[in-house]
Amino acid sequence: MPTDAALTMEDERIKTEPFVARLMKRPELGAVGGVILVTIFFFITADRSMFTLSGIMNFLTPAAQLGILGIAAAMLMIGGEFDLSIGSMVAFAGMIFGALTVNLGLPLVLSIPLTFLFAGLVGAANGWIVIRSGLPSFIVTLAGLFILRGASLVGLKLFTGGSTQLRGVREAVEGDFLTPVFSGDAFGFVFNWLASVGLVDTFRSGLPKVPGIPVEILWFVLVALAATYVLLRTARGNWIFAAGGDRNAASNSGVPVNKVKISLFVCTACAAALVAIITVIDSGSTDARRGFMKEFEAIITAVIGGCLLTGGYGSAIGAFFGAIIFGMVTIGLTYTNFDQDWFQVFLGGMLLIAVLFNNAIRKRVTGER
Amino acid sequence: MTIDTKFHHGDPVTHAPIVEMKGIEKHFGNVIALAGVSFDIRPGECHCLLGDNGAGKSTFIKTMSGVHKPTKGEILFEGKPMSFSSPRDAMEAGIATVFQDLAMIPLMSVTRNFFMGREPKKGKGLFERMDMDAANDICVEEMRKMGINLRGPDQAVGTLSGGERQTVAIARAVYFGAKVLILDEPTSALGVRQTSNVLATIDRVRKQGVGVVFISHNVRHALAVGDRFTVLNRGKTSAPPPAATSRPRSCRT
Ligand SMILES: Nc1ncnc2c1ncn2[C@@H]1O[C@H](COP(=O)(O)OP(=O)(O)O)[C@@H](O)[C@H]1O
Ligand SMILES: [Mg+2]
Repeated sequence: MPTDAALTMEDERIKTEPFVARLMKRPELGAVGGVILVTIFFFITADRSMFTLSGIMNFLTPAAQLGILGIAAAMLMIGGEFDLSIGSMVAFAGMIFGALTVNLGLPLVLSIPLTFLFAGLVGAANGWIVIRSGLPSFIVTLAGLFILRGASLVGLKLFTGGSTQLRGVREAVEGDFLTPVFSGDAFGFVFNWLASVGLVDTFRSGLPKVPGIPVEILWFVLVALAATYVLLRTARGNWIFAAGGDRNAASNSGVPVNKVKISLFVCTACAAALVAIITVIDSGSTDARRGFMKEFEAIITAVIGGCLLTGGYGSAIGAFFGAIIFGMVTIGLTYTNFDQDWFQVFLGGMLLIAVLFNNAIRKRVTGER
Repeated sequence: MTIDTKFHHGDPVTHAPIVEMKGIEKHFGNVIALAGVSFDIRPGECHCLLGDNGAGKSTFIKTMSGVHKPTKGEILFEGKPMSFSSPRDAMEAGIATVFQDLAMIPLMSVTRNFFMGREPKKGKGLFERMDMDAANDICVEEMRKMGINLRGPDQAVGTLSGGERQTVAIARAVYFGAKVLILDEPTSALGVRQTSNVLATIDRVRKQGVGVVFISHNVRHALAVGDRFTVLNRGKTSAPPPAATSRPRSCRT
């Protein structure tokens, strides 16, 4: 990943900082360290099969679904706002998507953009209310959390004639040319070839045990790369950091703070819609509990990834690794002899460590003592 | 404009005011922050705005820089009536402001702060991106011109001293072609050495033909660099002490 530091010119006037000192200031440092620690932990405690190809795909899949939300939450948090409604937004977008494909029978080429449009509009409304009212986004989107969850329930009953689960999505999207983009496994032919030359494990039939890379993992990587590019290499990225760092300073310097913040709310809503589309096609149905508690998990991912709750600091790559930690812990415990219910204890502990660590890092960066 | 370090009072041909403000009033609800203030600034001069805390100095320059709309009064920019609806408008016209709270973000690097809101771009369409190399080079070079050697362009502004931060803010304004540079109490939080650095920077900037509006409640700092003086008192201009209205430049230290 390119970093600002990597672009530093050689200049005899500049005292060069030691590489380690510079590394210490990267916001994603904690998350990378966390991945290493968690990996070591599971290497010692978990069954060997966790780190086989299929084991890795096993924990990367939930990591990817959460990570897409987490990266969007991280960008929003860098921009100085929260969105507690993303979990409910997954259910809401899932409901919209289900109704469009099943009830209206629209092809994906229409239903997917329409789902994004609906989600984006709700996101824009969230942002607009936050900006207009000047209220903390925490409280505005907390209202959104309940409104969207409730609306999903009501909507599902309406579209199914009384059920809270809308089925038949898989049948509706079967054969659609866009289905492989949002579901199933990609690069199957590569894995078949790897299996044929004996590089990956196979079933007795000769088929590879891992049929390909689940598409959500590719989306996850794509979202992480795009977010990192925007944050570190574009003017908009600079505006996001500025808007979250100090909105007055930013707007006095000519940054369109309100537009930036509203766009970020639209992005989180669209990330939720993407996760909804992927998971709804995957399971073939949607229900009102979809995305339950994901808002908190996404925020935890962003914080483990190095975002400050006060805004203006953080990284998308950090959130990427934060989500991987999350996936490893959730799935990894099933490979160990520990009681799986340790999961939440683990999670809370990590959040606490991450927050303490980030606070220390911030002081280093600003030279505060 | 030509390099002319001599200051001529009221020479209308070469030194017409860049900004002229007439009878500016600003009310915040029932608080009358400004009750009719007139002021002008010409190229290459340092016009000091003096007054106690709460006199309305910050409010006044905020109407000049597009943050506030005046309740009443007229603003002429290069002779034409002008109404800025945002700081961005004013900035694009050439009025740059270094606010009292500096408009600087401690967690961001010097380069990112320097170019905040006006990032150099390269590439087209979807591939349009910030030209980080150019930004870093320009930033380091401009800061060097102002006498500050950065540890690196990615050094966070939070690690700079107060005087250095002022200098970054001034360098940024000058780099982006300010015709008028407004400094709101740039020296109020600084030590002696840092203050003299900032005053020297003001002098350097003025010599480039920029009109500097220097706000201070410290008369000694104002006398050190000022060419003209306006005193604000409870939202109104009061007559400055005669000795201070105009000073020959040679007396400056
Ligand atoms: N946004 C605002 N709303 C209400 N009153 C304000 C606002 N800004 C400034 N004032 C009032 O206007 C007066 C002048 O303030 P200010 O311009 O900051 O003074 P100075 O910069 O000279 O110390 C003060 O009494 C202040 O309380
Ligand atoms: Mg003031």
